[in-house]
Amino acid sequence: MATSTATHPSYSQVPDPLGRFGDYGGRYVPETLSAALDELEQAYTEAAADPAFQRELDDLLCRFVGRETPLLFADRLTAHAGGARIYFKREDLNHTGAHKINNTLGQGLLALRMGKRRIIAETGAGQHGVATATACARFGLECVVYMGSEDVRRQAPNVRNMRLMGAEVRPVESGSRTLRDAINDAMRDWMGSVETSHYIIGSVVGPHPFPKIVRDFQSVIGRETVAQCERDLGRMPDVVVACVGGGSNAAGMFYPFADVEGVRLVGVEAGGRSAQPGSHAASLSHGQPGVLHGSLSYVLQNPDGQTSDVHSVSAGLDYPGVGPEHAYWHDAGRVDYTSVTDAEALDAFDLVARKEGILPALETSHALAWTIREAAKMPPEAAVVVCLSGRGDKDAAEIARLRGFSEDMTHG
Amino acid sequence: MADTAVDTPIMKLTAALTARREAGDVVVAPFLTAGDPDMDFTFHALEAAQQAGATLCELGVPYSDPIADGPVIQASYTRALNAGGTLEGMFGLARRAAEQLTMPLVAMTSYSIIFRRGLDRFVGEAAAAGLTGLIVPDLPIEESALLAKACQQAGIALVRLVTPTTPPERAARIAAESTGFLYCVSVAGVTGERVSLPQQLKDRVRWLKEQTDVPILVGFGISRPEQVREVGDVADGVIVGSALVRHLEATSGDQRQTALEAISRHVGELVAAGRAG
Ligand SMILES: Cc1ncc(COP(=O)(O)O)c(C=O)c1O
Repeated sequence: MATSTATHPSYSQVPDPLGRFGDYGGRYVPETLSAALDELEQAYTEAAADPAFQRELDDLLCRFVGRETPLLFADRLTAHAGGARIYFKREDLNHTGAHKINNTLGQGLLALRMGKRRIIAETGAGQHGVATATACARFGLECVVYMGSEDVRRQAPNVRNMRLMGAEVRPVESGSRTLRDAINDAMRDWMGSVETSHYIIGSVVGPHPFPKIVRDFQSVIGRETVAQCERDLGRMPDVVVACVGGGSNAAGMFYPFADVEGVRLVGVEAGGRSAQPGSHAASLSHGQPGVLHGSLSYVLQNPDGQTSDVHSVSAGLDYPGVGPEHAYWHDAGRVDYTSVTDAEALDAFDLVARKEGILPALETSHALAWTIREAAKMPPEAAVVVCLSGRGDKDAAEIARLRGFSEDMTHG
Repeated sequence: MADTAVDTPIMKLTAALTARREAGDVVVAPFLTAGDPDMDFTFHALEAAQQAGATLCELGVPYSDPIADGPVIQASYTRALNAGGTLEGMFGLARRAAEQLTMPLVAMTSYSIIFRRGLDRFVGEAAAAGLTGLIVPDLPIEESALLAKACQQAGIALVRLVTPTTPPERAARIAAESTGFLYCVSVAGVTGERVSLPQQLKDRVRWLKEQTDVPILVGFGISRPEQVREVGDVADGVIVGSALVRHLEATSGDQRQTALEAISRHVGELVAAGRAG
C-alpha cells in the first residue's frame, strides 16, 4: 500500500509517549512522583487494552451512573434565543450530578488494579470531590479530599455529601483558598504517601499521564453525542460548546469531534468581573504558556512566573491554568476559546431555570450564556450542542445569597 | 594572562566542596529563602551562615505554588512574595553575596519561574549574578535536556535529585547527569524536619557513591547535630532547610538580630558536629 496522508492534522494522535500535545503537556514534578506516574501510565495502558476492564467500567457507567445521558432539544430556550436549535447533553443527570463521575470511576478501578487503597483528590466546586467520595464508597477505598476553605463555604452542600459518604474533607487555608491551593495540598499529600495512595486528579490537568487518562475517561460524553446526533439529527451539529475550567468536560466532549470536519468547537472560560488581571480565570483568553501543577500549558501568572490570583463566581472554573490539550487545540486553531462574565453566567442560570426547568451548575452556565447569545445570530436550521456538565443544586444557596433572596430560601 | 584554568562558576562550587572533603569535614549547606523578610536580611543571614562554617548556601527562590515544600518553607515563600520579593531582587542579592562573601551560592527554583523568564536568559542572569548552580526540584530528567545544555554553556551546575522512590536504574542515570553535587532526598515527602531518618538511607547513599564522582549531599528532614554525624558517615554533607527557615518566622524590629543569632548558632552546631576527629 502507498502511504496515506491525512489531509488535516489528526487530533486523535496526541499525546506522544512523553505526554506532549504539540509543545504542551509533559511532566514537571518532583522526582518523588516520577515512579508513581510511570506506574500509573503502565497500569492505564494495560487496562485500556483489557476488554474486562472496559466491560466493568461500562457496566458501572450504565447501572451506577445511569448512562447514556440524553441529548435533549431545549425548545423553549431555542425559541427565546430566536436562532439555532439548542441541544443539551445531559451530564447533569449522571449520578452525583456532573460529568466528574465518568473519570472517578475509571481512575478508581485503576487504583484497585494498582493495589492502592487510599485515594486523594482535590476539588473546587465539590463535584469532583463528591464523585471521588462516591467511587471510593462504592469500591471500599479510603478517601481524603482537599478543598479550599473559600470553596468549602460556597459549596457547602457538596462538603456535607462527601462527609456523608465517609470521605475526609480537609479545608485548605493557604493562598487564595480555592482550587489551585487544593491541588497544591493534594500533591503534597501524594509526595508523602505515593507508595500507598493514588491521586485522582479531577480535570485534564497535571503531569502526564493524567491529562490523557482523564480525557479518555471523559470522552464517553463526546462519543455518545456523536452517535446521538447521527440518530436524532441525522447529521453532525454545527457547533459544540462546553465550559472550560481545567477543561475535562470540554475535552471529553470535543475529543471525539476533533477530527470531524465542519464542526465548530467552542470552549467558554470564566470572564469573572472584567478582563483586568485578577478579576477573571480565563487562561487561554488572557494567559500565556507557562508551567503549573506539573504540565506546560496556558497559565495566568505575573512576569516573574508567580501564579496570579484569579476570580470566578463559579468555584469549578476558578483556576489559573488549563489542560495542555486545550493549549494545543488553541494554538492549532481547532477550538475557539472565549469567555463570559459572572453576570452573564448568572443570567443564563436564571433563564435556563425558567425556560427549561433545569438548574444548571454555575460552571455550565458559562457555556449556556455563550450559546444563548450566539445562537441568536445563527440561522434556524443550525444545531448547537451544549455540554450540560452539571446540575446547579450546589449553587442554589449561593445564587440566592448573591441575588439577595431572604435567608430562609437558603435552607430547607 | 598565563592563567590556563577557565574560571567558571561551577569551579568555585567544586573547589569549596573539595576543600571540605579533603579536610574530612561534613559539608553543611543551609537553605535560606531569598527575601524573607527582605533581601538585606537574607544577605546578613548568608553572611552569618558563612561565618558559622557553612560550605555553601542554597538560596530558595520564592514561588507561589511550591508542591515539594512543607508548611515551613511554603509560609516563608509566601512572606517573601508578600514583602514584594522579585527575581530581580534575588539576582541582586546573589550579586552582592558573590562580591562580599566567599561561600558559593546555588539557587533552588521552580521550573515555572525559569520557563517564564526563558531558559537561556535565566541561566545567563544567574551566572552573571555569580550563582554557581541551580537546583530545580520540579524538573525531572526527561524534561531537562535544554536547561542542562544552557547550564553547561554558562558553566553553572545543574544539581539533580534522587529520592527513595527512584528505581535504581533511574537513580544511576540521574547521578551520572548531576553536576556540582547530587542531592539525595532522604525521605519520600515534602520538605520539613523529621524526628528520624529512614533505615535504608545509608545503604542508598553508599550505593549512590558508586554511581558518581560528584559529592552527595543529603537533604529533607535534617535539623539536628546527631543527624549530621549519622548522615556524614556515608554522605559528603547535609542540606538543612526548614529547621533554619523556622528562625525566619519572627523577624520584625529587634527580633532581626535574634533571628540572625539563632541561624548562626544553629549552623555552628551542625558544622561542629560534622568536624573531622
Ligand atoms: C458541573 C461542572 N462543570 C464544569 C466544571 C469545570 O471543570 P472541567 O473544566 O474540568 O470540566 C466543574 C468543576 O468542578 C463542574 O463541577
